[in-house]
Parts: sequence; structure tokens; C-alpha cells
Amino acid sequence: MRKFKQGLAFSLFKFFAVLVVGILFSIVFFILFNGIKVINWEFLTKSPSNGMLSGGIFPAIIGTIYLIIGSIIFAVPFGVSAAIYNIEYGKNNWFVKIMRIMTNNLAGVPSIIFGLVGMALFVNKLNFGPSLISGALTLAILILPLIIRTTEEALKSVPEDYRTSSYSLGASKLTTIRKVVLPAAIPNILTGIVLSIGRVSGETAPILFTVAAYFLPHLPQSIYDQAMALPYHLYVLVTSGTDLEASRSMAYGTALVLVAIVFAMNLLAGFFRNKMNKLNKRNS
Amino acid sequence: MIKAKDVHFYYGDFHALKGVNIEIKEKTVTALIGPSGCGKSTFLRLFNRMNDLIDNTRIEGQCIVDNKDIYSKSIDVDTLRKNVGMVFQKPTPFPKTIYENIAYGLKINGYKDKRKISDIVEKSLKDAALWEEVKDKLQQSAFQLSGGQQQRLCIARALAVSPKVLLMDEPASALDPISTSKIEELIYTLKKEYTIVVVTHNMQQAARISDNTAFFMMGELVEYNDTKKMFLNPEKEITQNYITGRFG
Repeated sequence: MRKFKQGLAFSLFKFFAVLVVGILFSIVFFILFNGIKVINWEFLTKSPSNGMLSGGIFPAIIGTIYLIIGSIIFAVPFGVSAAIYNIEYGKNNWFVKIMRIMTNNLAGVPSIIFGLVGMALFVNKLNFGPSLISGALTLAILILPLIIRTTEEALKSVPEDYRTSSYSLGASKLTTIRKVVLPAAIPNILTGIVLSIGRVSGETAPILFTVAAYFLPHLPQSIYDQAMALPYHLYVLVTSGTDLEASRSMAYGTALVLVAIVFAMNLLAGFFRNKMNKLNKRNS
Repeated sequence: MIKAKDVHFYYGDFHALKGVNIEIKEKTVTALIGPSGCGKSTFLRLFNRMNDLIDNTRIEGQCIVDNKDIYSKSIDVDTLRKNVGMVFQKPTPFPKTIYENIAYGLKINGYKDKRKISDIVEKSLKDAALWEEVKDKLQQSAFQLSGGQQQRLCIARALAVSPKVLLMDEPASALDPISTSKIEELIYTLKKEYTIVVVTHNMQQAARISDNTAFFMMGELVEYNDTKKMFLNPEKEITQNYITGRFG
């Protein structure tokens, strides 16, 4: 009877695990199967043409890449610095406590709200207009909580021994953070950044009012230009093209590219992590 | 070399050290013994101001290293810690290569010349009796070493910045007997160049390696004497009782 119970539990857990993997796998397979048909060199390197029924998605790919780079440039220095302050300097003072509550709440705010605030602040108030810079800043604010949280966790996971050993050799606090704590935390910080990149490349709502263009056959010329972006382009293809049936396959192609970018980012991060973890691994 | 004058230490309300006076001579090994929680580790950590890192602590009295009051305002704590090295209970190598573990202390203290750094790395590893075991794998992670090797690496790391004093907080308690005896031999040879203060739980170890022994209990220094005298013929009965293992 006990053996039966054990076996039953095992089978149940295994069933659900397989089910989850199966669902995820079928989503990827579905997109791959439907999208691969339209993927060719032209699709990746040409602008949409003929009412988005032919041509490619090149401006949207480039737009998304610009948004990723832009938002990371803004969010990483601020987010990582804030996390360093919280963990290494602030300990648990009232300021850090307030900040923690704020970041936790911010992380749960629907992304459309960020889009609205971004529009009010960057597009209108600061007069950037709908532009790459408005979009990148809005997305940067969106991912700040994520970067702060993951960096905090990364710093917390650095053993206290490293810090005390470093101090015991005459290192100042700043030197200790720069030379010992951050290098040990970087693989985990990178993971947070990659998660953020996934988020940035996929979010539609925050870019809706701040940067995304319905159709823009040329590439943005400056940070004050509007740009196309993959998730918004996908949305356009599915909901408001000239011929929705005909543009469906273009939509799957776009989705596939989007998934591929996120997937490639994850692989890249995994590569970095492995490389650094080799050195970090304790054998005791 | 090291002096404590009527030192009191508090963790919040807890009175951890109660008026300790001691004088430690240059190039000797002094063992600090006593039951858990007696204040010996706290006392050790006064001399490189490691206790500063703990919130809500307070010290009264004077701690003197090399004729300087190390708690006076003019003291630079980072320089003090360079001069007063420390080895911890658990081996605590950095997640870096063996070479970088030793070179770290040099680099942060302003050494630039690569050849000089690598000379000192080699000398430190030799002084810590580790060179022969690691000379062919300096670029490998320090975590690949055994626990005993890691501890000697930490000793080498402390030696590299040429301290005058070496504080050791139960440096062999996490190690196997063979590694322990290697550390003990090492302490014996290092005495020629460094003033060593070592906290230990192990009576035999204190007897084997130290010139002088200080017995702490309940935050007080009960007895401080020549090690031989202390173990053969202690002045106080309570010391006798502790050494012979009647309580612990």
C-alpha cells in the first residue's frame, strides 16, 4: 500500500511536469511551424510593403533592438547602483525599507500604466514626442524593479566571508564591492538583465503611446524619431492590417523572430553564467 | 607589540569584555583559550577592528599595536588591517584563481609592477608551505584546493601584504588532523617573522604551538602566563580545572 502511494505520487508529479513541458513545447512548436514558412532573407532585411502583405519586418527588428539597448543603458546603472546602496550601504534603514516597498509595488503595476506615465512625462511634459528616447525611458522604468530585485538577490547571495576577508587585507568598502562582491555577483546580475531584455522586447503597452509607429518604411534617424517594434507590429498585423487573413502568416513570422531574440538572449546569458560559475563553484 | 589597557567591550547591552589587560611581545605566539562565549574571539577581533563591522558595539579602554592607539581618530582602519592580518576559522578564499587570491591584497594596496607581484605571490605561498602543491596550477580556481590547502592559501594571502601581526581565529578547527598539524608547523615557523595571536579550543594545540597562553572566562582574562607554566602549574584553580577538562 505504501509503495502504491509512493508510486502514485511520483506518477502524478511526473504527469504534471510532462504536461507543463508539453504545453511550453507545443507553443514554441506552433509558432515555429507557422512562422518558419515566411522567414527568409527578404523577410528579415526588407521593410513591409504592399499593405504589410509582403516585404519584411526589418524596421521592427531594428526598432526593438534599439529599445532594448536604450532601456538597458538607462536602467542598469540606476538599478544596479540602487541595489548596491540597499544591500551594501543602507542595510535596513527607513529609506531602504520605503524603497523596497516601492519597488515591490512598482513590479506589480500593469505595464499599460507605465505607458500612460511615459506618455505624460516623456512625450508631453519633457516634449520628447513619440520617440525612441521616450520609449526607452518608459521601458527602463518598467524594468527597474526587476533589475533592482535581481541585483539585490545577487548581492545577498555573495557570502559575507568574502567581504570580511577583503576588509582584513586592508581593502576599503568601495574596493571590496568593486573587486570582490560585484565580480562574484555578476552572473546573477546578468541573469536579471537578460530577464529584463526579454521583458523589454515583448512589452507592447508601454511603447504604444511613447514610440511605436504603425508603419515606418525607413529606420529611425535619431533618438527623437519614432520606430517600429516587433510586439506592436505583431499587434498591428493581427488586428488592423489591410487584409487580416493574408497577413496572418506575417504575424507568425514576426512572433517567431521575437521568440528567437529572447531565446538567443537566454542562451547568451547561460553561456556567461557557465563561464563565471566555473570559477565561483565551491567544492566544499 | 600589542597591549590592551583596561579594555571593555559591549554588544549592545551585553558586556562582553570586562577590563582586560594584556601585553604581548613581538615575534611570539600567544594562544587565547577559554570556553565558548568567553570573549576570546571578540578580544582577538579588537586588534584589526573587525568588531567595527558589527552594529551597535562599543569599546572602552586602550588597544595598542606597535605603539599606536588603534582606536584613536587619527588611525586609518584600512592601513591598520593591512598591518594586522587575519585568518578565519573557515577557509575563506575568494572566487578567484589561486594566483589572484594572493595578488588581491597587493593590488588593492597599490602594487602595479607585475613581476614584483608575482615574486611576492611565490614567496607568500612558500612561506605558507603551499608552493610545492600549487605551483603548477596557479591559474586554477582556489576552490579546487582541499580545505587544508585553502586555509594555507588564506594564510599566504594574509602574509602577502606583509603584516606585522597575524591574528588567527581557530584556524584549524575546521580541518582534518593532517591539515591541522601542517597549520601548526606553519605557525611555529612564522613566529620568526610575525607576532601571532591565535584563538583555539584545543588545549593540546595551545600547549604545542604557543609561547604564552591567556585564559579567558566570562569576559575576563583569568590568567595570562608562560604556556609551559600555565599547563604544568597554573596559578589559579579554575585555570587548572579548565585545562584538565573538568568543564568546557
